[in-house]
Amino acid sequence: MNILAFILFLIIVGLTLVITYFASRRTKTTADFYTADSSLTGWQNGWAIAGDYMSAASFLGIAGMVALSGFDGFFYSIGFLVAYLVVLYIVAEPLRNLGKYTLADMIAARFNEKKVRGVAALNTISISTFYMIAQLVGAGALIKLLLGIDYLYSVIIVGILMTVYVVFGGMTATSWVQIVKAVLLMAGTFIISIIVLAKFDFSVIEMFKQMKTATPLGGDFLNPGNKFKDPLDTLSLNLALVLGTAGLPHILIRFFTVKDAITARKSVVYATWIIGIFYIMTIFLGFGAAAFVGYDKIIGANAAGNMAAPLLAEAIGGDFLFAFVSAVAFATILAVVAGLVLSAASAFAHDFYGHIIRKGQATDKEQVVAARWASIGVSVLSIILALFAQNMNVAFLVSLAFAVAASANLPIIVFTVFWKRFNTAGAVTGMLVGLVSSLLLVFLSPNVWSPVEGAAIFVGEPLFPLANPGIISIPIGFIAAIAGTLLSSKKADAKKFDEILVTANTGMKDPI
Amino acid sequence: MASNDSIAKETEASASTDYTKIVQSQSFQELLRKKRNFIVPLSIFFMVFYFTLPILTSYSKVLNSYAFGAISWAWIFAFAQFIMTWTLCILYSKKAATFDQLVKKIVKEAKG
Repeated sequence: MNILAFILFLIIVGLTLVITYFASRRTKTTADFYTADSSLTGWQNGWAIAGDYMSAASFLGIAGMVALSGFDGFFYSIGFLVAYLVVLYIVAEPLRNLGKYTLADMIAARFNEKKVRGVAALNTISISTFYMIAQLVGAGALIKLLLGIDYLYSVIIVGILMTVYVVFGGMTATSWVQIVKAVLLMAGTFIISIIVLAKFDFSVIEMFKQMKTATPLGGDFLNPGNKFKDPLDTLSLNLALVLGTAGLPHILIRFFTVKDAITARKSVVYATWIIGIFYIMTIFLGFGAAAFVGYDKIIGANAAGNMAAPLLAEAIGGDFLFAFVSAVAFATILAVVAGLVLSAASAFAHDFYGHIIRKGQATDKEQVVAARWASIGVSVLSIILALFAQNMNVAFLVSLAFAVAASANLPIIVFTVFWKRFNTAGAVTGMLVGLVSSLLLVFLSPNVWSPVEGAAIFVGEPLFPLANPGIISIPIGFIAAIAGTLLSSKKADAKKFDEILVTANTGMKDPI
Repeated sequence: MASNDSIAKETEASASTDYTKIVQSQSFQELLRKKRNFIVPLSIFFMVFYFTLPILTSYSKVLNSYAFGAISWAWIFAFAQFIMTWTLCILYSKKAATFDQLVKKIVKEAKG
């Protein structure tokens, strides 16, 4: 075990617990718990959004993919960033104006029916759970590698910590843990990038030149097509990346932590700067790892390349930088899973319990208690699932989350705000068909089925040829929402749409 | 009693906003038009710009030729995506300030 890394892990855990302690004293009402009483500034929320986004999959995953496949790994960086234009232009402001605590609130602002809210909550819980299992499986593997702690105990430790943040500190603690982690992550990545660049005499041109001979791929390392060979699959992945973010529940609930649409907009702009700078630096992480750690050693530590960034830190900065980067990676996982627990628990407690079971009659205190129990329930469930999913390829869970978010959530968000004819039947059909079609296509895909034993979950020919379902499931989601609307005999309420149009664009709403 | 009821009803009616009237107002229509004129063309632009990269890299090798030293056009295009995102962010921030002015005006008119 690396003692220095262990000490830094403890410091980070201590720091997050101090944050949680102070946050818990401020978390009394449902608004505190779900949205930190909408008190974050644009700058704070920008960092928190960036933090929610720069998950272990981005930091460790993209660095590894660039190191192993060169240009193709960078497709993720581009897609993840450009996605923020969709969020900024189409989703953030109307969402803030219409919603209160959850995504279902926004859709229910127009279609106030139990089944709409129920289905929206179901989507949120599904997406958050897939994402969370992916993060927890990654966390378990990482901590096992770094500290030598068993997978079982690693997952349980991370699970307990994320539950503590959410249950005691609610959105305030989750946000601040996220902000602290995002700052640490940017600092760590920046230091590594500078050292890597220094080794190439601060010349990007020199770096590219040397990369032509630094890896087993030779000159091809710098060209696209090493990882993504099927054009349709590449386009499908890019489609899910650019449209998925705007439907990810744990990102969407961040817009409720600020006071109005103007602040929501500012937070997306700040986040876009931070995330963009971070993703540019993934080139230095990836290239550096390929050049100074080497293909064999990266593969040896983790077949998917997830250890590329920590190994690079060790190679160029010694034990301390290795320990720092490992501790930051750990903090990253903690913060992201806390955000995911909160988004799933809000959907359970606010939408299912508060609105469907208690029909909006629960007192504020009862709701906070329910939200805390829901957080514990979500955590326990995802810890158990993560224990079973130990040997699963986590990339497939993340791609599933993005595909479901883009296919099931995005069409409904867009139509709720922009389409006058849209009605309840369309909303329910769109959400359910989007969810089921993306799940089904992934379960029939090469992620799950492979003729080669051990390459996927089951041995056999995949019925659906693409690893990424987006190119089929996203249009299906949109078409289902349109078809559901047009086939239903129920007319849309024109007066209600006028109200939605005004609220979405101006924030004006009647006191309830 | 009866007169009290009707007074209560009247205050209730005036308390709830007439959204249809706001939607039909000139200022609101102007806001919608301005937003549409900005968001629709620029969204189409960034989607086209974004997908041009994977389409070109998947179906051709034109981007594999070198631009500067060992940096190929694929990388230049990739960096251009970052520049494009930041530029469109700045443009929107500036443009949105005019939307905010209109929103202020609409709210003021609605509250009479």
